[in-house]
Amino acid sequence: MELYITELSKYIITLFIALYTLECFLVFRHPDEESRAGCYIRQNLLMFLVHFSCFLVICFETGKPEYLLFYALQQILLFATIVLFRMIYPKGNRLIVNNMCMLLSIGFVILSRLSFEKAIKQFFIVAASIIAGMLIPYFIHHLKFLKTLTWVYAAVGAAALGIVLILGATTYGSKLSYSIAGLTFQPSEFVKIIFVFFLASALSESTAFPRIVLTSVLAGIHVLVLVASRDLGSALIFFIVYVLMVFIATGNWLYLLLGSAGGGAAAVFACRIFSHVQVRVQAWRDPFSCIDDAGYQITQSLFAIGGGGWFGMGLFRGTPDSIPFVEADFIFSAVAEELGIVFSMCMILICVSCFIMFMDISMKLQDRFYQLIAFGLGVIYIFQVFLTIGGGTKFIPMTGVTLPLISYGGSSVLTTLVMFFIIEGLYIIRQEEGARRDKKKKRRRRAEAKERRTAAEEE
Amino acid sequence: MFVTYLFVAVFLCMMGYTCYYAATHQQELINNSYNGRQELFIAQNTRGRIYAAGGQVLAETKTDEDGKETRVYPYENLFAHAVGYASNGRFGIEAESNYYLINSNAKLADKVENDMQGIKYPGDNVFSTLDVGMQEVAYQSLGIYKGAVIVTEPRTGRILVMVSKPDFDPNAIDEIWDDLIADKESSVLLNRATQGLYPPGSTFKIITALEYIRENPDTYSQYSYQCGGRFSHGEDVINCYHGTVHGSVDFKKSFAKSCNSSFANIGMQLDRAKFGETLDSLLFNGKLPVSFAYNPSRLVIDENTSDSDVMQAAIGQGTTQITPLHLNMITCAVANGGVLMKPYLVDCVKNAEGNVIKQFDPSVYRRLMSEEEAAILTDLMEEVVKSGTGTKLSGLSYTAAGKTGSAEYNSVKSDSHAWFTGFAPAEDPEVCVTIIIEGAGSGGDYAVPIAKRIFDEYFGV
Repeated sequence: MELYITELSKYIITLFIALYTLECFLVFRHPDEESRAGCYIRQNLLMFLVHFSCFLVICFETGKPEYLLFYALQQILLFATIVLFRMIYPKGNRLIVNNMCMLLSIGFVILSRLSFEKAIKQFFIVAASIIAGMLIPYFIHHLKFLKTLTWVYAAVGAAALGIVLILGATTYGSKLSYSIAGLTFQPSEFVKIIFVFFLASALSESTAFPRIVLTSVLAGIHVLVLVASRDLGSALIFFIVYVLMVFIATGNWLYLLLGSAGGGAAAVFACRIFSHVQVRVQAWRDPFSCIDDAGYQITQSLFAIGGGGWFGMGLFRGTPDSIPFVEADFIFSAVAEELGIVFSMCMILICVSCFIMFMDISMKLQDRFYQLIAFGLGVIYIFQVFLTIGGGTKFIPMTGVTLPLISYGGSSVLTTLVMFFIIEGLYIIRQEEGARRDKKKKRRRRAEAKERRTAAEEE
Repeated sequence: MFVTYLFVAVFLCMMGYTCYYAATHQQELINNSYNGRQELFIAQNTRGRIYAAGGQVLAETKTDEDGKETRVYPYENLFAHAVGYASNGRFGIEAESNYYLINSNAKLADKVENDMQGIKYPGDNVFSTLDVGMQEVAYQSLGIYKGAVIVTEPRTGRILVMVSKPDFDPNAIDEIWDDLIADKESSVLLNRATQGLYPPGSTFKIITALEYIRENPDTYSQYSYQCGGRFSHGEDVINCYHGTVHGSVDFKKSFAKSCNSSFANIGMQLDRAKFGETLDSLLFNGKLPVSFAYNPSRLVIDENTSDSDVMQAAIGQGTTQITPLHLNMITCAVANGGVLMKPYLVDCVKNAEGNVIKQFDPSVYRRLMSEEEAAILTDLMEEVVKSGTGTKLSGLSYTAAGKTGSAEYNSVKSDSHAWFTGFAPAEDPEVCVTIIIEGAGSGGDYAVPIAKRIFDEYFGV
């Protein structure tokens, strides 16, 4: 009986998520939120079905009632998020909220499977973050002075990273975190957002050459502090978002070219002098040659991805636990093993759909500052997804960053949720800009008509 | 906009790469000994059976009342290297097809039934291309000698016989393992048919002849040489086998009589760079298109190769080393009009109910020589049987073609390995045999009679 359920559920879950993913992209065919309503409702239904089927399998496999209770809590949280958001922000973007909840639910499923305790912990962090996050769109919308804090952002960001470098506990060769009152923070996560705000406000004021130089120096300090903390994954994210934001703000291809060349040179240089970089590059090139040490994680990750096949082994049927740090850095491999490659590809596409929506919002914003923030956060999000999935699948060398919204880790999920809610705030600003533009257009049209009428009357 | 497209493009590449990697490397990943998922399959499924082409069971797992599993090999030593063993790192078909053997594609309903009864699911069964009757003949014929026999179908690449001696009983592999590992001298675990590296001796003249034909397509038949039993160049001397004086020989006779002096003379006339290219195209120093364990053959010739080395290489002595498998593949290409088929040991995989899960069809590897070159070599090899060193195969109901070899492996004594590689019927080759008997003596005296017994068995004479 169990066997029938696991076998059948594999295909059903895959079907549901594939349909959900399809809706993610069909959304873009409709011009405005009203006409997208149908898509959103279907998405909510499919999301519920995926989540429910997964937990049905988990309950059958483990036979433990606490999972049922845990599922109910998750369902309440996700349902409340979707409904409350719609009530508080009727002008908000529902695709982003839907995708956010979908990715969170995948995260809950796979974390519950890996470690019940960690899943519970993650759940409460997510719940608290969402409650706090609900206020963010309001603040973004109303706090106009955010634009003017340029140098404050830079100072706070660099200082936070610097403190970690000096005081931080050393975790696995990189100084990444410090603890306050029993809670461990990873400041590089939060500083990402501050960094985007800094770049956005600096570059929205001016893109003259001296300003670019000054911005570059400050951005460089951030990156160098991260390199000194040996957090190369974050350093890379900061660097990429800096290069791309300068490029977008100036529209000058030369900056992009310079940035890429500089990045390339730095990568080669890092490869030469840092032994821990060399080890990772070696592990990427031929992980099987060093399977006992440096290549162990990546090969175990590949074993997991290869073991699952298109439709996965089924929840609790694989052995994702064999990958070290599976719940943080290699969560993608666990998803691929137990839920299948098709499922994990859909998951990637959902992330890409978020990114496209972020970029769409950015492009249509009138205000330069907000435009750059939406762009910067979008790049940070998608680049982080790229680093973690690319690292786990041997597409690029491993960098040890988390998969936003899915991986275990309080700082990571909180930061990503904040990013998503900031974008919601920007979307609302854009909707108002649009409304204002429409109004202006209408007024102009009316004025023109009036003129025409008077002209006609005069004749 | 550019940035959006850039990231979308990068993601599409990554997704494509991941799917492709997972799909193409699945078996390799599962088979890796660091992959704990194997244990998962092993705990869940009973290891499948291995069958011979005729349906005989070559390996199966028996479970006693306490649930203890034993891998049983009914033919004991006979298929020791070909079928291999399933423990101690695995070998042979047990290693090559491990992925299939530990997987179960049994019907869902049957799996459910097994679940109810608390027994493991039946693993998928592997059907090999091996022929029990011919394997027995080859095995018995080798007798107490060390050596190897490999028999294939040149038109398909199916391997019918794979014998290596000395051998062992795979039923007792766990008990004898330590002794076998400790015994460095006789390398019992080595599959001599695919991993044993030997000097090819005169069998290599097939390749020297091919190169000479290639370089002199219009004039090779006018070749002649006066053999006085030895060929000397500077300080280097090449002797004919046992100092035989062959007198006046043309190209065909040089080959049929296996005249070393004449072939050393031919070797000296070859363009060394082109010779090197021919060797590479015949898969020397490189990978062979097979999915089981083997060793690459070794021989490099280029512009810098010395006269002395070329003379030695032309008659298959010196530093040249080849596996019986590789020599068999070259012979197969000659037999099959120049086209090499990929050799294979596993015909298909079926689930417990007998439905085919995976079928391995014959596949072309590539053309190693032109049809004309293959025809000329076949003609030369027929002459070996008619009037040369392989006359023990003449006057039979089928016409055989082949080349003998007596490879000297000890520079002090005149001990030699007996070689034969050839096929039958010469006009439409169906089966290709390669034999090596270590330290037996001349190929014509010791290897050819074994080839005859194998051909006889194949044609039911």
